[in-house]
Amino acid sequence: MNSWSALDRFLRTDPRDVGCAEAMEMLHVYADLVAAGEPAEQRYPGLAAHLRACGPCREDFDGLLAAIHADRD
Amino acid sequence: MPVVGTRLDPVPRPAAGTALTDAETAEWVGLLAGAGPERDAAVDRLHAMLVRIARAEVARRGPRLRISGPELDDIAHQAAADALLAITGKIGQFRGESRFTTWAYKFVIFEVSAKCGRHFWRRPAVPLDAEDWDRLPGRFGFEPEQEAEWRDLLAALRRAVDTELTPRQRQCFVALVLNDVPLDALVIELSSSRNAIYKMVFDARRKLRAALTAAGHLGHDLPRRT
Repeated sequence: MNSWSALDRFLRTDPRDVGCAEAMEMLHVYADLVAAGEPAEQRYPGLAAHLRACGPCREDFDGLLAAIHADRD
Repeated sequence: MPVVGTRLDPVPRPAAGTALTDAETAEWVGLLAGAGPERDAAVDRLHAMLVRIARAEVARRGPRLRISGPELDDIAHQAAADALLAITGKIGQFRGESRFTTWAYKFVIFEVSAKCGRHFWRRPAVPLDAEDWDRLPGRFGFEPEQEAEWRDLLAALRRAVDTELTPRQRQCFVALVLNDVPLDALVIELSSSRNAIYKMVFDARRKLRAALTAAGHLGHDLPRRT
């Protein structure tokens, strides 16, 4: 791996990426599936692709998942 | 036909109502869609729950945002209050695609996000149009011993930013990548939406990678090995 693989990863775009609006619309459904151990990424590959690329949506997803887990603890 | 790499596809929705079979979800929906003292009590209970979730979320984000003390609590309370209004106003739109609590938590998490974005601009001004290209090697972990090679790459990237991007794409790229402005803060500064800014940068990333690939700096499938 060379010195600029991080830049390469940043510039790569996934054509399945659904964008923030769709991801935010469905984030609760996706988070419930993940929390239940269901194959959320297989069911929603475009949303999974978005969460890999979008920092703010990933942050929201992590927060939502933390809230769900806190309820169960 | 959409061009690969430029479309942002819609997500297929699950069948509505699945989670309404969950007793807790059904109870929340019934109470909040109702009226009288039982609804008032449910709203109070929901508010307390939202404050708890908001506090945990701002505490989780706080260290990265350099927010602490009373400010964290202010953000949590404002987020919970705004989320409560949104949830009670939209309870008729809840489709039962998830547990009610997960749907409700989503509102308060989004409110925390938005408020943290606003908070960013309370710090000393970050000039949106300043361009600190010297930050890029550190930002992307370029190794000093390979400087002779990445200097060419950096120069090519800079040329591509100048020649391939629209003025708006360039402005967003500079703010997010060179000036480290959080996306949600840029949304506020540009009076835009997260989706619009993301799409702008998505298209910019695609253009820049295509230019660097065409110039031989990046590989088509894997990063070029040295």
